Amino acid sequence: MSGSCSFACSPISGGRCSGPALVSDEAVCFYLVEPETGVVVEKGHALEGRSMEGTILVAHAGKGSSVVQMDGLFKITKHGKGPVGVVLRNPDPVFVSALLIMEIPSVYAVEESFFETLKDGQTIELDADAGVLRLLSR
Amino acid sequence: MLAGEHGRAVEYAMRIQAGVGRVFGAKRMVPITRAHVALSAQDADLWFVEKLVGLGGKCKIPPTVNPSINLAYLNKHLVEIPKTGMDIVSATNAAYRKIGAVLSFSCTPYLQQNVPSFGEVIAFSESSATPYVNSVFGARSNRESSQSALCAAITGLVPEYGLLLDENRLAEVLVDVKADIRTDFDYQLLGWCYPLKHPGPEVPAFVGIEERPTPEGFMNFGAELNTSGSVAMYHFVGITPEAPDLAAAFGGKAPRHRVTITKDDIEDVRRRICGAPGKIDFAMFGCPHLTIRQVGDIARIAEGKRFAVDVWILTSSLTRELADRMGYLDTITRAGGHIITDTCIDVPPCWYPYYGKSAVTDSPKCAYYNEIRKIAFKVRPLEKAIEAALVGEVRE
Repeated sequence: MSGSCSFACSPISGGRCSGPALVSDEAVCFYLVEPETGVVVEKGHALEGRSMEGTILVAHAGKGSSVVQMDGLFKITKHGKGPVGVVLRNPDPVFVSALLIMEIPSVYAVEESFFETLKDGQTIELDADAGVLRLLSR
Repeated sequence: MLAGEHGRAVEYAMRIQAGVGRVFGAKRMVPITRAHVALSAQDADLWFVEKLVGLGGKCKIPPTVNPSINLAYLNKHLVEIPKTGMDIVSATNAAYRKIGAVLSFSCTPYLQQNVPSFGEVIAFSESSATPYVNSVFGARSNRESSQSALCAAITGLVPEYGLLLDENRLAEVLVDVKADIRTDFDYQLLGWCYPLKHPGPEVPAFVGIEERPTPEGFMNFGAELNTSGSVAMYHFVGITPEAPDLAAAFGGKAPRHRVTITKDDIEDVRRRICGAPGKIDFAMFGCPHLTIRQVGDIARIAEGKRFAVDVWILTSSLTRELADRMGYLDTITRAGGHIITDTCIDVPPCWYPYYGKSAVTDSPKCAYYNEIRKIAFKVRPLEKAIEAALVGEVRE
């Protein structure tokens, strides 16, 4: 791996994981994801029809009330259909506390060049403990 | 506390709070004197409170809680609640009782039961409560999630960041209201309108409001701000306590953004969210829970008359008790209406007999959250909506 493919970040919830990037330039609400399949059902959303299962979700931000955001993430995680990791560009207290409670490896404060380099579907290695994101070439 | 010397529940709650604090740059934890938890009796809510109970959790600061479902009343007067619904509500109530919450089942704790003072540091979740306590009282709460507020109730502390700090309470958006905003219903429309004009997270300061809103006006305003957007604090210049004048609201700085709200903007919102006249199958009020003044207004209009459709008035147990003492309950019951306590318009599955029907309400928030249940709400001022319920039709 060349050094240019590693990016510094800060941990939200600790842990390591890897998976394909699921990139949302829009805010994400987990309540509008079907729990049994992990598929986004929100009409007109950039991710509509795509599954979160096994991905590293790269979310611009979160949205939705405290109740619905946590309940949605809880349900897809319990069905094993949620993302394995999350990169959160604009953290809010509701999204952050949901990630901590569900213990999903997750990071924020990522180097800006990560978002310019990243392609949707590209494999990401996320190491929240070390505060590093690696992009693997396809 | 992280070391576990205060027990496993405190250790667990503190771990979550420390994580939130780290992300938002908190330098320390500070004590709270009040908390309010947006209980929802949904899967994650039950799982989390039972987890804390299982770790031996007990609230250091007993929080008030949001409504869920008044099972006994609905079973008797509307429909038999499915067993899965009965089970999750009963288990949720039992767990919150065990953890030491105050079972107030009200979404307006800031009007009764849990009223903070100026400068008090607190942890309030619930979308209409957070803006009210920050803006109208000048108490200090971040936009807590129901889980982070419960953690705060367990530890008695919150991470110090965001709206707990002076500099983050200053306005950055100047909102010039050119529309005539007076009635409680006008505040529903203004609250819905503002985030559409400026969706950003900055604190707004409103000018051009001539009369101080009623408590119900402020209540409606905060609820709608956080339905069409997400606003944890605002100022009304010359009215709310941290904005005696423009200089105080903005900390002597110039506004970074300017927004004008015109009469046309308000009419545009009305056209978009209020719905056309027509027949209705039922009426629902109490999102947020109605106050005793509002229940009195309904009773005066319904006195000696009979509702043409089912009428549900959602409120707190204290307000219903007051309504009973004042004769409002008798008047409304004789007209065929219900005053139900402890219940939310948005807790499935109790309202399923009405799915797919049309209705009237005074609350845009009630209309919005019931879209997924295919209930078509027409939104009208409270008096007009009650008149519609008496004839079974919204006529204008």
